[in-house]
Amino acid sequence: MLLIRRFEEKLYHLFSTRDMPGSMHQYNGQEAVAAGVCAHLSRTDYITSNHRGHGHCIAKGADLRAVMAEMFAKSTGCCRGMGGSMHIADFGVGMLGANGIVAAGVPIAAGAGITCQVRGKGQVSVAFFGDGAVNEGAFHEAVNLASVWQLPVLFVCENNLYGFSTHYRRTMRITDIADRAAAYGIPGAVVDGMDVEAVYEAAGAAIRRARGGGGPTLIECKTYRFMGHSRFEPSSYRTREELEEWKAKDPLTRFAESLRRDFSVPEAEIGRVGEEVAQEIEDAVRFAEQSPDPAPDDWRRYIYAG
Amino acid sequence: MPAEPAGAPAEARSIVQALRMALIEEMERDPSVFLLGEDIAVFGGAYRVTEGLLARFGESRVRDTPISEAAIVGAAVGAAMTGLRPVVEIQFNDFLACAMDQIVNQAAKMRFMMGGQVTVPLVIRAPVGATGRAAQHSQSLEAWFMHAPGLKVAFPSTPYDAKGLLKSAIRDDNPVMFFEHKLLYGGSSPGGKAKTAVDGLGEAFRPAPAGEYVVPFGVADVKRPGRDVTVVATGLMVHKALAAAAALAAEGIEVEVIDPRTLVPLDRAAIVASVRKTGRLVVVSEDVLTCGVASEIAALAAEEALWSLDAPVVRVSVPDTPIPFAPNNEAAVIPQEQTIVRAVRSVLP
Repeated sequence: MLLIRRFEEKLYHLFSTRDMPGSMHQYNGQEAVAAGVCAHLSRTDYITSNHRGHGHCIAKGADLRAVMAEMFAKSTGCCRGMGGSMHIADFGVGMLGANGIVAAGVPIAAGAGITCQVRGKGQVSVAFFGDGAVNEGAFHEAVNLASVWQLPVLFVCENNLYGFSTHYRRTMRITDIADRAAAYGIPGAVVDGMDVEAVYEAAGAAIRRARGGGGPTLIECKTYRFMGHSRFEPSSYRTREELEEWKAKDPLTRFAESLRRDFSVPEAEIGRVGEEVAQEIEDAVRFAEQSPDPAPDDWRRYIYAG
Repeated sequence: MPAEPAGAPAEARSIVQALRMALIEEMERDPSVFLLGEDIAVFGGAYRVTEGLLARFGESRVRDTPISEAAIVGAAVGAAMTGLRPVVEIQFNDFLACAMDQIVNQAAKMRFMMGGQVTVPLVIRAPVGATGRAAQHSQSLEAWFMHAPGLKVAFPSTPYDAKGLLKSAIRDDNPVMFFEHKLLYGGSSPGGKAKTAVDGLGEAFRPAPAGEYVVPFGVADVKRPGRDVTVVATGLMVHKALAAAAALAAEGIEVEVIDPRTLVPLDRAAIVASVRKTGRLVVVSEDVLTCGVASEIAALAAEEALWSLDAPVVRVSVPDTPIPFAPNNEAAVIPQEQTIVRAVRSVLP
């Protein structure tokens, strides 16, 4: 969680102070979801992500240097500078990609679930998507398909209340998106997405069920993004009070409190993790800065395989 | 149900049989190949291509799906990215519109966007062609997919090519759009009323032998050699062009009929060489005219063979209209043998 937060903060600083290529959608505030779910996954499990994919990528264990270099559009980036923030992926750790099309990763995760099922080695596939995605046909088709075939897939809806500027209650007449699970005959659960331990518990139960052949689950994590929808987007559609109310539930603060209170983790240990994370971020930025740009005709290399 | 309802043929004399033969051979050769689509397992496919395959390969490898084209293609993309080789059947190519995001934004670009980290070995089979079913079941949409780099596009006109191209498509590490003309299937339609153009095609409808061979992508086939006019045609239009060529031969006009077989990659060299020889080009395709298959091939001739041309290039395609239902209207918009004959005459002195 801390690595994701510091990564996003660093990126914000870089975008504010330098001519960084492209745009980005930041994950600050939602870290408990990616961290709580991915803590159950190994590199042989698969995830798909959405346009807000940095957190998922980092939580799945992607190489931070390669991720940062991709933000800089460098040839050492995990996508060789061809994808950027919205297509960040690391197949080596089973991260099948962020995605610029809302809900498009959901059927792809179902398909990875077919591979897991056919192999029969207990692998699972996880789709991360937002509240906006659940009104796309691809979501409904994919969850139904996964249900019909009992695929080992976890559907994780990160309900951060807004699809870009539009509050989710203005786009659907239900309070809990998890209710939609019933329509496909699969279990659904609502989770406090600002509480990494709650996410961890709920995801663990669903992933164990999937690994054991029990089919898919839909988990709705109630969460909030602390930043705008995209780079420097000012969020005029949200109130300051609402933002402050959610920032008071900051998953990092809550988890640090829990570590001190419930697990008696010494302050020095928490501080040490913070320093390690800071060093890792600085190392990744240095690596990215020192990396070469792609050759101008590198695009020719990736259109077709073979 | 017997594995081969018609008995295991020594050769496939219809495209339906040829495709089934290719699927069986590839599924036996490679356990990562599996099939998914609407009505393909229990029913055996709307055009019977997958008949008997459920019994032969089981539910895990021959999957009936919900009517969910986006999820069918999307799931196939995910399976392909993680090591399987899915072959999707879309019941009519018109329904590809329901899956366009997954085809064009996902399958086509995935490898590119991710800097070559992944391959997407996926085949999407889809029937094309006008057969009296009006505007949403009659289109020929292959040109749409020529416009999405990352996809390959195959379009066989004979059983021999159908089998060899499908085997190549399944082994290809890129997503392949595989178009099949309904009137060339040579099987029966869902209602049981066989509507086919294959009777009387003769030797040009070359059977597919059993056993291993592939037809490589990007290699055009000269279906009839000739010195006077080059006719490039695809799918059913190959056979209409051959019929036109036979009629014109009686007048001493020798037409060369070239079937590109794959539109992406396109055998540009074969087309250009033929145009340089004949100096005259007619392109026949069943898609609509504007930005169509024929437009691309005409542009190729303009760019690479202009100084060899003795007459303007003529495109024979469907005019820019949806396909009408009334049989006389459908026949009027689809290129016919006589349309091709007139087009060939128009480029001759």
